[in-house]
Amino acid sequence: MNAKEIDQQTLLQNEKDPLTHTPVHLLSLEGVGKHYGNIIALSDVTMAVDNGRVTCVLGDNGAGKSTLIKIIAGLHQHDAGVLNIMGEERKFDSPRDALDAGIATVYQDLAVVPLMPIWRNFFLGSELTSGFGPFKSMDVDKMKEITLKELAEMGIDLRDVEQPIGQLSGGERQCVAIARAVYFGAKVLILDEPTAALGVKQSGVVLRYILQARDRGLGVIFITHNPHHAFPVGDRFLLLKRGKSIGYYDKKDITLDELTAQMAGGAELAELAHELEQLGGHGDIVKEVQGEVAEVAQTTGKSY
Amino acid sequence: MTMTQTKPKSPAPDERVAKRSPFQKLLGRPEVGALVGAIVLFIFFALVSPTFTQPNALATILYGSSTIGIMAVGVSLLMIGGEFDLSTGVAVITSALTASMFSWYFSTNVWVGVLLALVVSLSIGYINGWILMKTKLPSFIVTLATFLMLTGLNLGLTRLIGGSVSSPSISNMDGFASARAVFASSVTIGGVDVKITVFIWFALVAVATWVLMRTRVGNWIFAVGGDANAARAVGVPVKATKIGLFMGVGFCGWILGMHNLFAFDTVQSGEGVGNEFLYIIAAVIGGCLLTGGYGSAIGGAIGAFIFGMANKGIVYAQWNPDWFKFFLGLMLLLATIVNLIVKRRAELK
Repeated sequence: MNAKEIDQQTLLQNEKDPLTHTPVHLLSLEGVGKHYGNIIALSDVTMAVDNGRVTCVLGDNGAGKSTLIKIIAGLHQHDAGVLNIMGEERKFDSPRDALDAGIATVYQDLAVVPLMPIWRNFFLGSELTSGFGPFKSMDVDKMKEITLKELAEMGIDLRDVEQPIGQLSGGERQCVAIARAVYFGAKVLILDEPTAALGVKQSGVVLRYILQARDRGLGVIFITHNPHHAFPVGDRFLLLKRGKSIGYYDKKDITLDELTAQMAGGAELAELAHELEQLGGHGDIVKEVQGEVAEVAQTTGKSY
Repeated sequence: MTMTQTKPKSPAPDERVAKRSPFQKLLGRPEVGALVGAIVLFIFFALVSPTFTQPNALATILYGSSTIGIMAVGVSLLMIGGEFDLSTGVAVITSALTASMFSWYFSTNVWVGVLLALVVSLSIGYINGWILMKTKLPSFIVTLATFLMLTGLNLGLTRLIGGSVSSPSISNMDGFASARAVFASSVTIGGVDVKITVFIWFALVAVATWVLMRTRVGNWIFAVGGDANAARAVGVPVKATKIGLFMGVGFCGWILGMHNLFAFDTVQSGEGVGNEFLYIIAAVIGGCLLTGGYGSAIGGAIGAFIFGMANKGIVYAQWNPDWFKFFLGLMLLLATIVNLIVKRRAELK
């Protein structure tokens, strides 16, 4: 048994918001669960998000990460537990509801419309208007100007805000989406696997924007399956596996090796080593995997 | 903000952006393929038939174009919004029949029928959109069903109420003259009679273009057609936008239906079948993508003008009108290919 595995409820109550120094968090989940028919997608998840802090949600495919963000973003409703915003219990009916509560989500597919110009995408759903009644029109010049300025402030140097957003690189599109959320006064920024489809350099750029959003005082939820991306930027780490929380740590209580070991799952590695051995002829690889199993066992204090 | 590299607030023109000439900008517009096609066709018919360029002939061509173009406005916006409507052709007749049968049966002022027809037309649009949003079926199926049902209702109810396949004449009823003045009169400009539908058509195109390019709703129309899920995620009212687009088509159908009614004084209940394709063809020739998210109202108008020129041009050139449909099909194919090529070229630059 891992000595660091603390009761989640106790941890949540002991945590203090860095701004208010009270246990009232910008956003917190207590024992949240969700099922689709008879499939339990998520059960008993507890976590907190604070101003100027990054909470990382780690897990493999199918661990329930997407379900978790869909609940927070208002796309689905949870059917167990409590979702608190500033200490007040909430349940969102629509993404609009969540947006109005200050929760902005940057999805894996980015929620941008590829054929539309950058500035139209930037303001989509929250367009600036001028004029009255039926003659209300969009303030196009101002919207273009703000788009260019906001992106420049995020350190994104764009060529032309009239170009379709589909022509930008993956990293650039991420940045537009993040800048959009920051501009529209998001208090909580959810990033769904922003580095999943990116190369090393582009990932670094995106991680830098996560830190920028944090430094602007936003609470960030960073969803990823890569502990090497999560550890440098994260303040808290929630680990999910098969819809359940398998650990919730503060950065001071965990190292990158431990995080990786938890993610890797010693049991799966041990099984892989066993299978390879049976196939025979892969001596080097088997030895390597067995070495990793030993390492994982050492860091987590479990034996396989 | 420790990580920020300070950048100049308003970046100077970027060296990576090659200056795009106004000509290249024009090539990037959705309707440019149709424009080229329209010019070529105009020159062609002008050479073949000397009467084609006479003011009177032009007025006739514009009138023919407007009867397609009025509907093409609504249909273009709907297609940019990513949906399809096969019920438009018969819905026009439904609207006309509603106005004439209601005011005839209850002996009211025809304007009562006209207003009721507006309600019916908007309702058909609303129902189409609502079923589509509720069931998430393809709009092709939903509106095909509406098309069949309306075709049946037009024939069945007209025979049931009036006892004939055409609606009874309403020309001597109260309000007919004023309704005709609004929906089916002519304006004389420089000795040439121009039908009022031409002006209604131009006005609708102008309003639709303004909505599309300069209002929030326009932004939403592009977004729900380009990627409905993305649009929903950023808070765009996807359902309301799509239902609104179907109602817009209904509104255009009402105007054309009223014109059809008051240009004569009776309506054939079996008409309208097949016209829905003409409206869709006009929109597609005009550069609206079948998959949604791209296009313009002006494009649809140019598409309708191409249709009008081909339709009347064949007559002025004294060819057999039998060839018209072949010609239309060829135009559709050529225009869409030109659109495709032009769009790819423009995007590369």
